[in-house]
Amino acid sequence: MTSTALRSRAWKLLEMVTTPLLPSDYLDLVSPLRAGADLRGRIEAVRPETGDAATIVIRPGQGWRGHTAGQYVRIGVDVDGVRLWRAYSITSPTHRQDGRVTITVKAIPDGKVSNHLVRRAKPGTLIQLDQPTGDFVLPQAKPAKVLYLTAGSGITPVMGMLRDTEFDDVVMVHCAPQPQDVIFRNELHELVADKKLRLTEVHTDTDGMLDIARLDELVPDWAERETWACGPSGLLDAAEEHWTERGVQERLHTERFRPSIVVAGDGGGEVTFSSTGKTVDADGATPLLDIGEEAGVLMPSGCRMGICFGCVTPLKAGAVRDLRTGEITEAEPGVLIQTCVSAAAGPCDIER
Amino acid sequence: MTAIDPTVHLTAEQVEELGRELDAIRDEVIADRGEKDADYIRKVISAQRKLELVSRGVLLFSIFPPAWLIGTAGLSVAKIMDNMEIGHNILHGQWDWMRDPKIHSTTWEWDHVSPSEQWKHSHNELHHTYTNVIGKDNDLGYGIMRVDEDQKWHPFHLGQPLWNFLNACFFEYGIAAYDLELGKNLHKRRRKNPEFRARAKAVGRKIRKQVLKDYVIHPLLSGPSFLPTLGATFTANLVRNIWTHSVIMCGHFPEGVQVFERRSIKGETRGQWYLRQMMGSANISGSKAMHFMTGNLSHQIEHHLFPDLPSNRYAEVAVKVRALFEKYELEYVTGPLPKQVFSAWHKVFRLSLPNKKPTVKTPNREKELVAA
Repeated sequence: MTSTALRSRAWKLLEMVTTPLLPSDYLDLVSPLRAGADLRGRIEAVRPETGDAATIVIRPGQGWRGHTAGQYVRIGVDVDGVRLWRAYSITSPTHRQDGRVTITVKAIPDGKVSNHLVRRAKPGTLIQLDQPTGDFVLPQAKPAKVLYLTAGSGITPVMGMLRDTEFDDVVMVHCAPQPQDVIFRNELHELVADKKLRLTEVHTDTDGMLDIARLDELVPDWAERETWACGPSGLLDAAEEHWTERGVQERLHTERFRPSIVVAGDGGGEVTFSSTGKTVDADGATPLLDIGEEAGVLMPSGCRMGICFGCVTPLKAGAVRDLRTGEITEAEPGVLIQTCVSAAAGPCDIER
Repeated sequence: MTAIDPTVHLTAEQVEELGRELDAIRDEVIADRGEKDADYIRKVISAQRKLELVSRGVLLFSIFPPAWLIGTAGLSVAKIMDNMEIGHNILHGQWDWMRDPKIHSTTWEWDHVSPSEQWKHSHNELHHTYTNVIGKDNDLGYGIMRVDEDQKWHPFHLGQPLWNFLNACFFEYGIAAYDLELGKNLHKRRRKNPEFRARAKAVGRKIRKQVLKDYVIHPLLSGPSFLPTLGATFTANLVRNIWTHSVIMCGHFPEGVQVFERRSIKGETRGQWYLRQMMGSANISGSKAMHFMTGNLSHQIEHHLFPDLPSNRYAEVAVKVRALFEKYELEYVTGPLPKQVFSAWHKVFRLSLPNKKPTVKTPNREKELVAA
């Protein structure tokens, strides 16, 4: 018998010893970060960055597969006893010696998770982790000239890249309300002093919002640069338009943190969660994920902004509206919907 | 049903007002649910697992009498915790709001021979919706006993003190049989029903796993302590069964608890539903430890009013609920465990015999009961 077969036999026997629990239920009591456990992490430190942003140092469990600079990770945090999942860009370099990873979180108004992480999270707390993911990353071949166009917490995935890779010619245009709101400001200015980065800060409280047309003046050769842009939808929409007009859209890479939600028209309807046997009324503007969670259905969830597909669930009957695009999806065999960005467009049946 | 309806003095408006006041109590707890509650259930689960692990460890040496005693006592308590404060309450969805897939009514499985899924249907759906409605709520005597004068007497009921005792000893099997509606489904035609067969198979699987664990694997692991460990697990299961049976009996059987006719719940309002739960349940008074070991089912009245509120909140809710009982001049049936257990057993004995005096029955009601 091979050792794998032997091990799986032994595990089966162990399951008989612990039924109806699993051996892992007991192992989790003593070693929640061990190999083979559900992926978790332990918060080891919370370091303030600005008045409303902090870097969280996380020791990931042994199952952590590592990340590529620019990727994000979904984390599940218990806030007021309720487990909430959000996605954050990883800000630590990939070669960090101690194996820890960091995320940098900006507290957004009314943001349950972001405020909790910035202001209340304590070292020693266990959090749930997913493997890192996302394609807002650098190509294999290092581009000769790079532009980073960022605003607010949009700097976080870019900082992951800057800490990871050195470029010969890199320019950054970053927008924040005031100088003290610029996350990683000291580190950025050190890079500038070492001539590793050319930086333009746009302070929107005094300078106003960045007019994308000003790029010609701020970075005259922007169109020749491989560009990574991350920030609010307004900035990214403007950038996409600008790059497309010049016919260089393939040089622009963007990452959106929050979906731009179109105001849904009328609609809504009765939603049935068929596996659970619950039926509730839903309006046409509330994500089905929220509707299900409110009704006590255990909904899979992820980034809650339509990017991670951690919440996809079969749509068995009826139709839903994509809250970002207004697009209607009708039930068909095999149709999965993202419950975090879909609302009922009439009666529908969700397999949950 | 007692001759005089104890709620007859309440007007329809008062009943609805009572319902609104109870809703307010519920909303208050829900708005306040949070980290402290989550910590509570996690701590209880972790304590239960550690206690079970240590007890099973000690039982490996159960050939030594002190080890046998400590291990058996520990395992009994661990099993009671698993069934009552943890299993019963999680399966009610009391902790679903935490969104922790490991502590959720849709994923939890307990150390009990009735599979969670089946128990949730017969208990959460049927018993909690139709509490104490004759013919609808099979928890009234579990289909083997007569627990109210209005139920028809049959010579079979002469043996009910014995049935009840046996049910207490093997309570988890009684519950599994009850969840399967075995009495009804063993009839020739129903036996072949594929849905019933699938459910019976699930119970069979669960029984096999539990029996294998308790009576084969753990004794075998104990080597020379095989027999003492076997005896210890049997004893722990017996203790757990008798304890849970006693607690459950106190919930709806003691004197003073009302039962209802099928007709009476037609078109029931929210206030009336609440009122039926209030009149159909009884509490056990006692210390914090008593409440904990009963899985807070000592607060049966509060549990029946708000089956999905976290169990650790019933004690504070009870104060407010009791005040409402007083305000509306209703009887809050409660008492210490021995008194309530005695009262319930007394009823079992008394009703094993036909009624002393025939109760006054309207022809309609007679028909109703026969139909039931």
